[in-house]
Amino acid sequence: MNQLTYLRYEVIRTYRNRRFLMFSLAFPLILFLAVAGPHKNQMIVGIPFPLYYMTGMVAWGTMVAVISSGARIAAERQVGWTRQLRITPLPTWSYFAAKIFCGYLMAILSMLILFVAGSLVGVHLTLSQWFVMVGLLLVGLIPFSVLGIMFGHLLTTDSLGPAIGGTTALFALLGGAYGPLVTGGALLTVVKCLPSYWLVIASKSALIGGGWPPQAWIVIAVWTVVTSVLAVRVYQRDTRKI
Amino acid sequence: MNEHTAVANGTNNIVVSNLTKTFGKVRAVRGINFEMDRGTTVALLGPNGAGKSTTIDMMIGLTTPDFGSVSLFGHSPANAVHMGLIGAMTQTGSLIDYLSVRELVSMMAALYPSPLDVDEALRISGADAFADRMTRKLSGGETQRVRFAMALVADAELLVLDEPTVALDVEGRRDFWIAMRAFAARGKTVVFATHYLEEADAYADRIILIAHGRIVADGAPTEIKATVGGRIVRATLPNVDLDKLRPLSGVTSVERRGDAVTLNCADSDATLRELFTLYPNVRDVEVRGAGLEEAFLELTEDDDDEAV
Ligand SMILES: Nc1ncnc2c1ncn2[C@@H]1O[C@H](COP(=O)(O)OP(=O)(O)OP(=O)(O)O)[C@@H](O)[C@H]1O
Ligand SMILES: [Mg+2]
Repeated sequence: MNQLTYLRYEVIRTYRNRRFLMFSLAFPLILFLAVAGPHKNQMIVGIPFPLYYMTGMVAWGTMVAVISSGARIAAERQVGWTRQLRITPLPTWSYFAAKIFCGYLMAILSMLILFVAGSLVGVHLTLSQWFVMVGLLLVGLIPFSVLGIMFGHLLTTDSLGPAIGGTTALFALLGGAYGPLVTGGALLTVVKCLPSYWLVIASKSALIGGGWPPQAWIVIAVWTVVTSVLAVRVYQRDTRKI
Repeated sequence: MNEHTAVANGTNNIVVSNLTKTFGKVRAVRGINFEMDRGTTVALLGPNGAGKSTTIDMMIGLTTPDFGSVSLFGHSPANAVHMGLIGAMTQTGSLIDYLSVRELVSMMAALYPSPLDVDEALRISGADAFADRMTRKLSGGETQRVRFAMALVADAELLVLDEPTVALDVEGRRDFWIAMRAFAARGKTVVFATHYLEEADAYADRIILIAHGRIVADGAPTEIKATVGGRIVRATLPNVDLDKLRPLSGVTSVERRGDAVTLNCADSDATLRELFTLYPNVRDVEVRGAGLEEAFLELTEDDDDEAV
């Protein structure tokens, strides 16, 4: 068995899917240029606005990329493809791994595009700032990847768009990807338990300096475990039904 | 390992024992037993809802049986799948987007330990004519050929086909069965499900007849044809002893309702000739094809526990 060949075709399928590219790459970019462009020289919470907004869009775009990648399983279930794969030697985990890999590939592409767009409107970061930011983002995306796979087994293709759109928008909004929504009080304590909050912080690590506090690692770990357990449940229920 | 021990260990055949599956209140499969040798082609023949697909899905590990077991050359279905011993075409299922036909078949080929050459699989299945087209632009029959190519490219020991010719035109059907034959001739084992006695008769070494989740007949195509491929002769013939009708040539069984008699015939021409000669008073003679449905009804008439 040559799983790399399989993976290669999964990657080809990903970049040929225009709608998917549109949502995970084009939308965050367009939003960034539309919002940050006109406010090029302004400052927000002591940070140049384009830089601030770029990091928010990075968090949102990468989140959409990894969730959508796993959620594409819904379409493959619908046409009976997952059943077809279950009678091949491909292990289920490889199927999921390929989906996660493609999601990450898109997420990295989304970051690169926004970084380039950011530099064009005057964002400057040092190499080590880029590294910390990208590294933390990759870790912060893990629970969202798993969530995507869960969506893929929970939803139908009809409900997929609204479900992904709604979930990512809500996560992004509460996490502060579109701007600082919650800055204090009891609500902040709640919001700090969301993985999207830490994804946004990861994205802004270059601005606020340093990495994640221990709480961030714990929140991401707990969300990863919980979404994984749920995803396994949903997967088992789905395959039993067939 | 010599032939004898291979048989004793079950590594050279497929054994289906007491397979049972219930969906809610529907007893889809109610104890199916059969064995088949490596290299043979077996048809599962039966009407809609007989339990053919459920049986096949349990054989290839897609459905877990409530009871019973399947051994494929000495392996469980899950292990056989894992080892790449099964190439299958399920009854339903479509293709994924964003790949050409050749790319899709190559993707599948990559999953098996010793796949067939992709171009070869495309050629045999007749999918070579549109190999560079994107999968979403295919017709139903073309899709079916690609699905066949995906099953073939595995070059697996066991090929399982669930009503494979459904979407195909006449020419497509003929090509399909020629391809299946060529595959089987390489010593491969084939199991296919169909509604059509003619298909089962022409392309299988053995036919297993399934109705209401049970095997109702199992044998060589000629035997099965004699059982279900016959005709029904109905006539008004008062006061005749049924025992005198039974020995008429071509008759397999007789029944009487009032003055009317019903003769189930394997060879209705011969029966009619004798009937007219021996009973000149016979009236209202009617002949019609028994049809599978009827044959199944007859074979399962004595089914006591139909309802759950
Ligand atoms: N997943 C399921 N849930 C509930 N009932 C099912 C399911 N699958 C099959 N059945 C029922 O089990 C019975 C046998 O179905 P099966 O698909 O095995 O028949 P079949 O012989 O393949 O028929 P066909 O020729 O129409 O394909 C039918 O009554 C069907 O309605
Ligand atoms: Mg069926």
